[in-house]
Amino acid sequence: MRSNVVACRGCDLLQRLPALLPGGKARCGRCNQLVATHPVHGLDTPLALAIAAAILVVVANVSPLMSLSAAGRTASTTLAGGAIEMWLRGDEITALVVAFCAVVAPALYVGALLVVLLSVQRSRAPSWVAGFAAWAERLRPWSMNDVLLLGILVSLTKIAELADVVPGPGLFAVGGLVFLLPWLASTLDPAAVWSRIRWVSERDNARGAPGP
Amino acid sequence: MSTALSRGLVRCGTCALLARPVSAHAPGHCPRCGEALALRHPHALQHTAALLVAAAILYVPANLLPVLVTNTVTGSQADTILSGVIYLYATGSWPLALIVFVASIVIPIGKIVALGYVLASTTRGSRLDERQRTRMYRTVEFIGRWSMLDVFVDTFIVALVQLSPLMSVQPGAGVVYFMAVVVLTMLAAHSFDSRLIWQGTSRDR
Repeated sequence: MRSNVVACRGCDLLQRLPALLPGGKARCGRCNQLVATHPVHGLDTPLALAIAAAILVVVANVSPLMSLSAAGRTASTTLAGGAIEMWLRGDEITALVVAFCAVVAPALYVGALLVVLLSVQRSRAPSWVAGFAAWAERLRPWSMNDVLLLGILVSLTKIAELADVVPGPGLFAVGGLVFLLPWLASTLDPAAVWSRIRWVSERDNARGAPGP
Repeated sequence: MSTALSRGLVRCGTCALLARPVSAHAPGHCPRCGEALALRHPHALQHTAALLVAAAILYVPANLLPVLVTNTVTGSQADTILSGVIYLYATGSWPLALIVFVASIVIPIGKIVALGYVLASTTRGSRLDERQRTRMYRTVEFIGRWSMLDVFVDTFIVALVQLSPLMSVQPGAGVVYFMAVVVLTMLAAHSFDSRLIWQGTSRDR
């Protein structure tokens, strides 16, 4: 088994990877699934973007998203405030799912990515980093900053019919994440990350556990 | 052409390592990342079918029940997903009406129909159009989360428009059903395994 042979995620076809130039991509010859990428940048660019994303996640969660004024009264909300209000108005399940997709999943996703990218700055990162990488990938579809931003903009437009709405710094932070996170994903080569993490089996063997 | 399965190998679903399973029934764990290996997603067809049927059933109350109830001094008004789209169109913002229409009506129906077709053809072992059915599945998987749009819109309208006694907005009973449809179809797409689409091809043997 040579290391440049991979199985396609989409159709399981075994194939030998061609040598990719920086910026190159390889697709499965049978089902067109992306099987390998060779980003132009190393692991420093994704790390820089992950640090910026972490800052934006904090700003998005602590500052007001938008405020509204009508008939001399004002109201403002944050990301978590939306979910909390939903809970208080009697829709607890929706509140929990909104809190997960808008607050918890993005924060854990960016946090896990940051741990992974900081760890692989060393050429042999400890094997527990693998768990963080697995969780980042699992949380990615549930981290819905992009859908959230569009949702907030639509609700702003609807409310603007009734009252004056002022966007807050939280909204711009969410907007920043919508650009940063796909950018980060496009500069990150998962194969390069995995090649720098120690194998779990090495750790198990060192402990005297039976090998695979 | 040979697949990992036909050569007695398995691609780790987490780190993509090509590993040798302990046995076909209990493949064990990936030596690199330690996650459980699976030759194919376990019970992929049954899980996808169950989640998809549940989503299709909940789709009915999600569209019939109101998602927002607006209380003003003059009375109260209930809006469903569709009447919300019509309201957006009537107030002159047709680009927004189009976005919400696509995210809340076209995508959920399209997802259930497309995934249902891919699932049924795979269950029958169809050998037609594997490439196209794989692309269809990938589109469903990629686009599914965008239906959550209406849930976020409703949440932030409820969070902001609380100016009682002048005007206040309550979430309607439909929101939770609609949210459940989105989550269930996302989980249904996630449980499916596109490698099964290709399993019927003779080239695999």
